[in-house]
This record gives sequence, C-alpha cells and structure tokens, in this order.
Amino acid sequence: MSALVDIAPAPRTAVERPLLEVRQIVKHFPLKGGLFGRTTGTVRAVDGVDFDVMKGETLGIVGESGCGKSTTARLLVDLITPDAGEIAFDGRRLGPDLTLTELRRNVQMVFQDSYASLNPRLTLEDSIAFAPTVHGMKDLDARRLAQELLAKVGLEPKRFAGRYPHEISGGQRQRVNIARALALSPKLVILDEAVSALDKSVEAQVLNLLMDLKAELDLTYVFISHDLNVVRFMSDRVMVMYLGEVAEIGPVEAIYAQPAHPYTRALLGSMPSMDPEKRTEEVVLTGDPPNPINPPSGCRFHTRCAFAEEVCSVKKPSLHVRATRGHLASCHVGTPGSGHSLSELPA
Amino acid sequence: MTAMDLIRAPAPLAPVERSPGYWALVLKRLSRDKVAMLALLVIVLLVLAAIFAPYIAPADPYKSSMLRRLRPIGTPGYPLGADELGRDMLTRLIYGARLSLLMGITPVFIAFAIGSTIGVAAGYIGGAFNTVVMRTIDVFYAFPSVLLAIALSGALGAGIFSGLLSLTIVFIPPIARIAESVTTQVRKIDYVEAARASGAPGFTIVRVHVLGNVLGPIFVYATSLISVSMILASGLSFLGLGVKPPEPEWGLMLNTLRNAIYVAPWVAALPGAMIFMTSIAFNLLSDGLRSAMDIKA
Amino acid sequence: MFLYALKRLIYVLPVAIGVSMVCFMLVHIAPGDPLISVLPPDASTELREQMRRAYGFDRPLPVQYLLWLMNVFQGNLGTSIATGRAVSEELSKAVGNTLMLSVMATLIGFVLGCLFGFVAGYFRDTWIDKLASFISVIGVSVPHYWLGMVLVIVFSVQLGWLPATGAGPGGSGAWVWDWEHVKFLILPAVTMSVIPMGIVSRTVRALVADILSQEFVQGLRAKGLLDTGVLRHIVKNAAPTALAVMGLQLGYLLGGSILIETVFSWPGTGFLLGQAIFQRDIPLLQGVILVLAMFFVFLNLAVDVMQSALDPRVQRS
Repeated sequence: MSALVDIAPAPRTAVERPLLEVRQIVKHFPLKGGLFGRTTGTVRAVDGVDFDVMKGETLGIVGESGCGKSTTARLLVDLITPDAGEIAFDGRRLGPDLTLTELRRNVQMVFQDSYASLNPRLTLEDSIAFAPTVHGMKDLDARRLAQELLAKVGLEPKRFAGRYPHEISGGQRQRVNIARALALSPKLVILDEAVSALDKSVEAQVLNLLMDLKAELDLTYVFISHDLNVVRFMSDRVMVMYLGEVAEIGPVEAIYAQPAHPYTRALLGSMPSMDPEKRTEEVVLTGDPPNPINPPSGCRFHTRCAFAEEVCSVKKPSLHVRATRGHLASCHVGTPGSGHSLSELPA
Repeated sequence: MTAMDLIRAPAPLAPVERSPGYWALVLKRLSRDKVAMLALLVIVLLVLAAIFAPYIAPADPYKSSMLRRLRPIGTPGYPLGADELGRDMLTRLIYGARLSLLMGITPVFIAFAIGSTIGVAAGYIGGAFNTVVMRTIDVFYAFPSVLLAIALSGALGAGIFSGLLSLTIVFIPPIARIAESVTTQVRKIDYVEAARASGAPGFTIVRVHVLGNVLGPIFVYATSLISVSMILASGLSFLGLGVKPPEPEWGLMLNTLRNAIYVAPWVAALPGAMIFMTSIAFNLLSDGLRSAMDIKA
Repeated sequence: MFLYALKRLIYVLPVAIGVSMVCFMLVHIAPGDPLISVLPPDASTELREQMRRAYGFDRPLPVQYLLWLMNVFQGNLGTSIATGRAVSEELSKAVGNTLMLSVMATLIGFVLGCLFGFVAGYFRDTWIDKLASFISVIGVSVPHYWLGMVLVIVFSVQLGWLPATGAGPGGSGAWVWDWEHVKFLILPAVTMSVIPMGIVSRTVRALVADILSQEFVQGLRAKGLLDTGVLRHIVKNAAPTALAVMGLQLGYLLGGSILIETVFSWPGTGFLLGQAIFQRDIPLLQGVILVLAMFFVFLNLAVDVMQSALDPRVQRS
C-alpha cells in the first residue's frame, strides 16, 4: 500500500491509506556573511522529518516559532526545494512517478497573511480564476467557477467578485484565499497559520467554514498553527515539532490527555485554560528555543528539559511507540533501553 | 444557430458590482492635482507645437538674413527677435521643440523598456544571474550620468543617433536597479508564492503578478528622469555633440548664441528658458504622479 | 568598522576594473581605426608603428586592455593629439581648478540646502514649506549651463560687477586667494551650487520632518520646549545622512562640471573635456574620463565608509 518505508502511522478510521507520505525531509539554509559572502553557518530549519497524512483527516502541526512548521509546509508543495528526503502523494513519489505540476494541482496552500497573499492589482474574481486559467480552463468558465467558489465561502459574488483586496476585511480576504486554494479542486489543503492573524470571533467563523468545506468537498487538511486550542478543535492527529524535528506525533486525544514528550507537556502547561481547576502545576517553558543554527547535541530539547540526564546530551532519541496505538514520541524517557534512568517508566 | 448551440451556449455571467481599478483611481487623483495638471497642459502644448510646427511658425526656420542678425525681442516681424544668422527666433523655438523633445524623451522610454526587462529578469530569476547582471549594471552606474553621456557621445561623435544611444545607455542602469529592487521585494510576497504553488509557469507569473505590481513604481521613476534627460540632451548639443547645425534644437541654439550675450542677451537666453520650462513641467508632473500613486491599493 | 571598509573595498574593486574597461573601450567605439583616433592625422609612419606596438593594436582586445592598463598604472595616459603633450600633464593642471570649483559649489549648495530644507521641514505643510520645496524643484530642474549664461548676462553684461569668463585676471596665472581672483570664482560656483542645493534641501526636509514627528520631540513641542536640546538632537541625527549626500554631490559635480566650465571657460577638467570633444582628441577624452570616473568611484567608497563610521546603522550589505 505504502509507496515508501512504512513507519506505522495510526489507523484511526476504517478506510485509511496515506494521501501524503513524507520521509526524512531535510532543509538547511546557508547563512551568508563574512568578507566574501562565505557560508558562515547553517540554519537547520527542517532536519529529517517523517510523517503521513491520511486521506480525509486533519493533521495538526504545532510548535514554537522557528520550529520549522512553516518551512515544512512550503516543502510539501515544493515552494522550497528540499535538500534531501522524499514526498509521495497518493502512493506516487514526486519525481519518478509524479510531476510537480500534478502535485501542485492536488496540494494547495493558504497563507497566514491574507493581504499579502492576494495580488493587490487583481479583482478577487481574477485572483481566484488565475490558477484554473493556467491549467487550461477557458476565461469565462474560470470566472464562473470563481463566482461559484466565492458563494461557497460565503461571499456574495455580485458584491465581491469585482472588488479589490484592500476593500474587504481580513476575514473576508482569508475566505477569498480559501476559495482561491480550492479553485483547482485539490485533495489536500495546507493551512499555514491561516487563521492566526484574525480576530477571535472571525477566526471561529473561518474555522467552521473550513470544517464545512472539508466535509462537503472530501478534503484532507494539514493545519499548522501555534495555537494549541485551535489545533485541538480542528485536528484528528497532531504532530509536535521542535527545532526542525518531530518531537511527538499521535491522535489528538492521546497528545492532549497523555503527552509523552516533556516538550509537549510544557507546551500544554503554558496553554491558557478557561477552567481554573484545569490549570496545571507543570513546569512552564522558560526562555526562547535555542538557536537552530547550532542546535544542541543529542536530544535538541535537553537544554530546557526538566528530565534531562547525561544521555540526553549525547544520544539522539528516535520516535518510539507509546501506550496508545499510533502515538510516537522522540524521548529517552519511556523508551526501553535508552539508557535514561526513567527509560522503563510509562510516560 | 441551431437548437443544439442554444443548449450548449453557456449562460452569460450575471453582472457584478465593479470597483474602479488602481490606475483609474490614480488618474482621478492626478486630475485633482492642480500643479500636475498645469504641468501636463504645458507639456501637451509643447508637443502640439512640435507636431504642428509648420502650421504655427510664422517663418522658415532655416532662412537666414545677414541684415537682420540679432534683433532684440519685440522687433516688428520678429516677436522674439532674430538669431545670429538673422533667423526668426519664435519659429526656431517652435521647431526646436521637435528635436529637443525627441532627444529628451525617447532615451528614457527606450531605457524604461530595456532597463525594466533587465531588472525584472534579474530580480525574478535571482541567484548567480542576478549577481552577474547587476554587477555589470553597477559599472555603468559608477559613472556620474553627465560624464557617461559625454564620454559615450564624445567617442561616438556628434549626431542625433549617437546622442540618443548615449543617453539610452546612461538611463538603463538606474532604471534596471530600481526594477531589480522592486521585483526582488515583490517576488517574496505571498501572492507570488501562491501563484507558484498553483503550478503557473514563471513567465505567466511575471506577466500577471509581477509586472502589474512593479511597472508602476518603475514608470514613476522613469518619468522623473525625463527632466534630467531633457537637460542632458540639450547639454550634449550645447557642447557640440548631439544635434548638428543648422537644425533647430534648443541646446544647440543656446550654444551658437553664446557669443551674442553682449549684443542681444535676452534673445540668447530664450532657448534655455524653453529647456527649463519643459524640464520643470516634467518634474512637477512626475511628482504629481508619484503622490497620486501613493495609495493603499 | 575596519572590516566594513575592507568589505566595501573588495566590492568596489571589480566595479573599478569595469569602469576602466569602459574607458578603455571608448577608443574602440569611436568610428574608424583606433590608431587614427589616438594619433594626429599628420603622424609619421615611424610614430604610427611605435604607437601600434606600444598599444598592441594588432593584438587581441584583452591583451590591448592589459597593455593599456599597465601604461595607466605607470602614469602614462597617452598623448593629446591636439597639444602633443602628455594627457597626465594636461590633467594635473586642470584637476586642481575643478576641485576648487566643485568644493566651493558643494559648500554653498550644502549651506543653502540645509537652510531651506530645515525651514521647510520645520514648518512642514505651510506656505513656507511649499516655497522652499518649489525652490528645490527649480534647483533640480534648471539647466545649469543656461543659469550660468543668465547670471553672466545679469552680473557681467548688464551690471558689470563680475567677470564673465576665465579664472583670474590676464589669462591663466597661478591662483591666489585675493578678491581679484575670487571674483572669477563667484559666478561659476554659485551656478554649480544650485544642483546640490536642491538635493540637499530635499534630504534635509525629509530628515527634519521625520525627527520632529518622533514622539518624544512631539512631547517636548507640546510643552513648548523646543529648545537648543531638540535642535542639537535634530543636527545629530540628520548630520550623517546630509553629509553623505553632500559627499556624493561633490562627486557628481566633479564629473558633471563640463557644462559649467564650458560656459565660464574655467580651466578645469571639464573645459579640457570640452576641448577634447571639439578637437576629437580621443586620448585626452579617455584620460579625463578615466580619472574623473575613478575619482567618483573612490569618493563614493570614502563617503560610504565615513557615513558608517558616523552612524553604524547604515552599513550597506
């Protein structure tokens, strides 16, 4: 079934196969500087990331800023070309079995900045109609489609089709961006902090629209956000990233109820809760994440971790299965044979 | 038309409310700018005078008369006096608009076309291509514009073509630099990323998403160079480069009348006043255009 | 700081080489045989052969360029066709005159530009600002060679106060700083100062307006406390940029002095250029252009480094 090496993702519902498989994807950015523009360092933005996205699910990706979640998003549609690793869509590997154009028809993206992602010189209708025209649709048909999509995202075509981006609100613009992403009838939509810049009330409306569209159009989402509440609301599975690596991945209930990685626990501990009873005594994360230019040795989290031992700064942990099926975490704690004093304890 | 065609014909799109586009707004704002409109009026009048010179001018621009040399302003039959060869100044000033405007404006427009192409290509493609192109541009940019124009047309020799060529070469580097920097900024904006993510080829992205957003700022910058170009073009003729006698051209007229400043000083100053008026009109129009384009849209 | 200077120097060197190549090519873009361009029409056959070998006109262009460059580094810029003297000799006399004129013009332009710019920025959006801005538009729009003529007409022809042309009484003697000489400098320097004045005043206006709109200055102003302290603040913040603009303008004037020197027959590099053009003296043209362009390139470098020393925020990458 799987086109690439199996890493045992969690089957959650009945009919499941990976729509997108990502294996050992790597992206390092060289830092230029010095006298002759030499490379003086490397930002390890994404450093060997593995995951699958199941057909019909929403995979949430969380992490602090600079953890590589946005870079991962851009790597998925080849807006940035990966240094290493493989991507397969619907069982076909990008490169040998699948062209970039085919991938891009099927995987579309919604960006965070609603204003910057619309061309200010084009009407909303023209912005949405652009991609279908590029793929060979006749102008009139593309405009008709654009108007249908505007209606679908809740913007009356008669009022909005001929407007320019600066004339409408942020929430409305993000609806247009969603319509634009849907114009090629993609199977997978990557939402890169798509609601993060919106007011809370507007955010809720857009999230509901996304849920409705997903059901109606049979979509699969990769939902990237730093907001843990929103990710919990949207996702079936969640992936936690730290300094370019996967810290933990698993079903949303498992991640939020029994986080296995100390980093996830710290993130959840710093999460604002409405219920005072639920406020945890957990260690809250302090300080900024270390510099991704020279990430710490061993486990990258060991510099901020309450359970860090010597082994953590020496040996790099790998993803290891936890109590729940399909729940993996990359931590020496709870990984038998890791050499950590708590390796045998259930996380 | 058969019944089948009727069935197949797609239903026409329902009409939608349309907002005025960016350029419509800019023109509307520009038309409210009194100073810019006055400048535009001056330019339009000059262009009309240049086109219809044979119908407006009272005399023959080449007909000289040794008897009527250097008549002062207000001489009957010579409203603006006569030049050092007794030719009617008013006539020559009107005819002079032809070559002066041609020599001043054409290089900027050619440089706009070439410089934008170079700059947009370098900015969009980036990488080593950008480095090579922009470093070459830097070499020409390292000359003061007056010096480069004089060096090139000095080596090429006098003549309209060599003047046009030199000035075009002078204006390509600054325009290419602006084009490159604007394009580099636009290329990183999300709508270009989104267009790439939609699988559009680079050329289509440049045509639809880049040019629409960069040509405006480049164009405004180019219009601000017209004033410089007018001064430089006439300057070349003033030095004996560019236009050759006996053609009427303001810079050349200024040159040939230089020795007349003791006899008919204000007649000698007239061609320069024309250059000044044209140059300031283009500068004010360019300023007006710049502020009219400064809208969030 | 030192590292930055070194970085800029490394950036400038290829540009300087490129500039020298463009100057080298001037002889070759001139119509006809390059040998004819660098020799007087009545040159003897021996001289022709000598020149052909010295410049390697029968060898490939890159070789010719290197030969030419070696000559340049030894201070040999060729021989003027018109006078038969070495180009470097002609230049050494002219450079001082042009430098004096340009520095003078830059100083006048800087002082007036700062004054107009400060007043315009201080009284932003009032009629004073509009007037000062209009003056600066005139400054950048006026054909300065014509302005020179008009000043000559007014002050020399009509009023007879100042001499029209030349750089001293009774032809070209040595320059002395007395009234007899200085009065020759006034008209060309004032004419030339118009361009830097316009540009400096635009820059200073923007700087002053920007500083005055900062919150704490607004606060002081609201309290009616716009005293010497605020003025000092303005000067401190505006000075590096204004000085840099002035330095760059000096470079433009050095390179662009030809038109004004022609109007006033000022015996500088521009006048030399004018002669070179008039007599189609290509070696002289090439030598003058090379020296002026190199001057401009390295002046830019100096301005850049100096500006970053005054204000480390403005380092160009």
